[in-house]
Amino acid sequence: MFPEYDVVVVGAGHAGCEAAVAAANLGSKVCLVTMNMQTIAQMSCNPAMGGVAKGQIVREIDALGGYSGIVTDHTMVQFRMLNMSKGPAMWSPRAQSDRMLFARKWRNMLEEHPNVDFWQDMVTGLVVRGGIVRGVVTGMGLEIPARAVVLTNGTFLNGIIHIGEKQLGGGRAGESAARGITEQLIELGFEAGRMKTGTPPRLDGRSLNYEAMTEQPGDENPAQFSYTDTPKLTKQLPCHITYTNDKVHEALQTGFDRSPMFNGRIQGLGPRYCPSIEDKINRFADKDRHQLFVEPEGWDTCEIYVNGFSSSLPEDVQYKALKLIPGFENAKMFRPGYAIEYDYFPPTQLELTLETRLVKNLFFAGQINGTTGYEEAACQGLIAGFNAHLAINEEAPLIIKRSEGYIGVLIDDLVNKGTQEPYRMFTSRAEYRILLRQDNADVRLTPLALKLGVRGAEERMARVQSKLGAAKAIVNYLAKQSVEPDQVNQYLEKMESSPLRQKVKLDGLLIRPNIDLAGLRAILPNLDGFLQQYEQEFVDLAEINLKYEGYIRKEQEMVDKMNRLEEVRLWEDLDYHTMPSLSSEAREKLSRMRPRTIGQASRISGISPSDISVLLVHIGR
Amino acid sequence: MFLADTIVALATPPGVGAIGVIRLSGSDAIRLADEVFFGKKLVDQASHTIHFGSIRDEQGQILDEVLASLFVAPRSYTGENVVEISCHGSNFILQEIIRLFLRKGARLAKPGEFTMRAFLNGRMDLTQAEAVADLIASSSEASHHLAIGQLRGGISDEIKKLRQELIDFASLIELELDFGEEDVEFANRPQLQALVQKLLRLINALLDSFQLGNAIKEGVTAVIAGRPNAGKSTLLNALLNEERAIVSEIAGTTRDTIEESLNIKGVQFRIIDTAGIREASDTIEAIGVEKTLEKIRQSAVLVYVFDVIKTQPADLEADLKQLLHDDIQLIVVPNKMDLNPYTTYEHYANPYFSEPQWTPISAINQMNIEFLKEQLYQLVVDTDTSMDAAIVSNARHYEALAKARQSLESVLTGLGGAVTSDFVAMDIRHALAYLGEITGEITTEDLLGNIFSRFCIGK
Repeated sequence: MFPEYDVVVVGAGHAGCEAAVAAANLGSKVCLVTMNMQTIAQMSCNPAMGGVAKGQIVREIDALGGYSGIVTDHTMVQFRMLNMSKGPAMWSPRAQSDRMLFARKWRNMLEEHPNVDFWQDMVTGLVVRGGIVRGVVTGMGLEIPARAVVLTNGTFLNGIIHIGEKQLGGGRAGESAARGITEQLIELGFEAGRMKTGTPPRLDGRSLNYEAMTEQPGDENPAQFSYTDTPKLTKQLPCHITYTNDKVHEALQTGFDRSPMFNGRIQGLGPRYCPSIEDKINRFADKDRHQLFVEPEGWDTCEIYVNGFSSSLPEDVQYKALKLIPGFENAKMFRPGYAIEYDYFPPTQLELTLETRLVKNLFFAGQINGTTGYEEAACQGLIAGFNAHLAINEEAPLIIKRSEGYIGVLIDDLVNKGTQEPYRMFTSRAEYRILLRQDNADVRLTPLALKLGVRGAEERMARVQSKLGAAKAIVNYLAKQSVEPDQVNQYLEKMESSPLRQKVKLDGLLIRPNIDLAGLRAILPNLDGFLQQYEQEFVDLAEINLKYEGYIRKEQEMVDKMNRLEEVRLWEDLDYHTMPSLSSEAREKLSRMRPRTIGQASRISGISPSDISVLLVHIGR
Repeated sequence: MFLADTIVALATPPGVGAIGVIRLSGSDAIRLADEVFFGKKLVDQASHTIHFGSIRDEQGQILDEVLASLFVAPRSYTGENVVEISCHGSNFILQEIIRLFLRKGARLAKPGEFTMRAFLNGRMDLTQAEAVADLIASSSEASHHLAIGQLRGGISDEIKKLRQELIDFASLIELELDFGEEDVEFANRPQLQALVQKLLRLINALLDSFQLGNAIKEGVTAVIAGRPNAGKSTLLNALLNEERAIVSEIAGTTRDTIEESLNIKGVQFRIIDTAGIREASDTIEAIGVEKTLEKIRQSAVLVYVFDVIKTQPADLEADLKQLLHDDIQLIVVPNKMDLNPYTTYEHYANPYFSEPQWTPISAINQMNIEFLKEQLYQLVVDTDTSMDAAIVSNARHYEALAKARQSLESVLTGLGGAVTSDFVAMDIRHALAYLGEITGEITTEDLLGNIFSRFCIGK
């Protein structure tokens, strides 16, 4: 009953949805198979997109033509640019989304796509012939033929939910787990493991006393995630901040003997940086309080998400402890927090394209690869979707370099190093953070989308061109225009910058610490008049390019230096076993992983600098 | 692959010597040697044996009578078949024999290629050598070995230690950056500042030592200076063992500087004889004196010569005060000791030098000249330095250290409040990367490991 699809995507979470549009936007016929069409693009955990490093990823997805940014812009209830007091590489967009709107908008966008079909069913197996994937088999016993398959199963593979001593089979609260795929993949030779993640309780907002908490409003001038024309946010909902205390910790401790975390029932390793509340008070016993963010779930729901209170303690313990938190005295709970264990496949079994090494045209994206986070999942879906299309059309794959984007860092880390715990992105994972900014994701990546021929990339590229042109024009203007001491000295004094004694060019002023364009245009009407004609984002790029020119140049030099190793190709038939001077671990790992370049080889765990020297000499460098 | 061919090169220094050794390495080395070696069939001989015979060219003409040493793979320097041919050390003979091997199908070895092959064949452990290219560059340059001893010892351990401390700080800064929205502890800025300053001091010291190391490679410049008629030119001639400089009893005979090279136990010195230092009586002489001072400023070693008959202790002290600068090493040479053998160190002692620097001679009689040479050698070479240590190239380390210094200075500026901590973090990372080029590698994963083993982070 099904035609042969170009690409079948299994799972319709953040990874699955992006994978479907990525392949579809390159022209592939796609079937998105999900167990429940009502939960497409469900935000299973917090109702937010972006944040430090993650916001940069969403911008990158958008620059490549993915939809996560657009969907977020249409559905957010609050926007904040985090880290504005730090440098531009740290500026990180973050949005609270309306959970239900978010899912609906995603579904609308998918439904509007002529190349995307849907099928509601559980995928229980793959069709693999001659080492190549040929389609999927569903719980209803149907076969959907496909030239490529992207697996984005999230937490559903043999998912087990833990609440205290209770254990429920399921991929998400109220949804059943998926079975069959893990077992088949193991049979095919894949190595599998278990991971654990968790989510906090949801509360009834009507029962909370916000007076006892600190309000955290959105930005006065909210920005957007997408580089396209998405609507501007005109009204926003606030979040609130409150804290745990000694009494809360004591109450939680009374349930530790019934905690699946501590009594050994949970085998999978959870994320260290997104720990459950019981984990926090256990590991950091000296801290007398932990911060909690109280986040609204949407415009017209009273449901509240308690960020920072993830827990798998028994529901009665969670409830008792919650009520000891300032503002939560009368709290009513909609549902308790829980932990979930699920299967993942160590991502060292993948190519940098996210194709599995074992089965041709089979791609993995999202939590199945051991990551955590919507953004991390979504960007993998996008890359897997692109590469699925490229693979079946025998075109060159899309591999983003570490110096080009956080997406490149993420995939390179996963494939070369693997991960022992759910992998979350941080800016510190990127060695070239100064270059990988949220303001220039389009400059970095849209040219790649254009080259691929992603639907709509021409319009995006035109905007990139005008942005670059504008930034150049602004920098030129600032290099030509002078200011007199009496025009700016008052401002300089206020900013604790030494006053001028003679007139200087504006760019000379701008490179001073504490001095910025916003401050200068507020006192210089001519400058303000000139800048009016440009979008704020264009002005920002000009300012960053000018103000941090020295740093950007130094960072670029570092990239160029390191990229010399990235460009040294290791040919396919290199026989590492004939190199006696390599360590035996290096011989084994290089033979198995077959890195494409010296740079990639150098990041494989267990490969030492002296191994790299050996390789360099062997290939004649 | 390129390892398959057989390479040949002169293994001893070029030039005339009693013997010269030609080394042949590769799977065909023994067969090639047998084609031109007339004596026992080498291919039938046991490894590690030496055989007498002659080398003959295609016309049967004897080029030389030689000893062939046979090393059968893998028990050889390179791990391949190796034949070493000891010939008479005439340039002509050596070149002819090498050309003969080239005609027979060997390839001229690239610099350091024997060592590279040894490495590639697993004959040499390179865990401590950072890059093979450097090894190759340095293996051809015996003098390189000298400088390295300084690096390999305590200094590199100390870099490692300080670098680790810097990584710890980098983790804290990174933590602030990634988790600034959450309540995390902040890196102690004054402590970081102190650490960076400590690193800078070490790096500066290292850079200085590398300057010396480089000097060894390029030749150490040693200036002979002193008052007119102290016997500077006589000393130069004594050191060189030839009449290079014109000597006379007339003060001021040397008006311009004279440079000569002198090899002391493999270390190349550039010895500069200068005009005597005094109130100049004419323009040409004045220029000469100025030139002397300039030479001293550019040199690594000052050999201060004085006449033990005429010189008062106060004169010596005044001259040293005038001539010494921070980056120069001093040898104090009382000359004409034959005329006053009872001259003592105590008599001339002053704060500018100590007894080990006191090197009495009589240049004209060649007295104690060997001791002076030894003194010069000791100044630049730590005799404990192993000549066989695995080697990395000075130039690269020097560059890495200089870059690290630049980055660390930028860190200090940044900590002064000039920029936000993401830029400080960048400079720290760059410094770590450059230092890492010397001590090993770093990945950002290290930073994260550091963060998570110690701190409480919740999303």
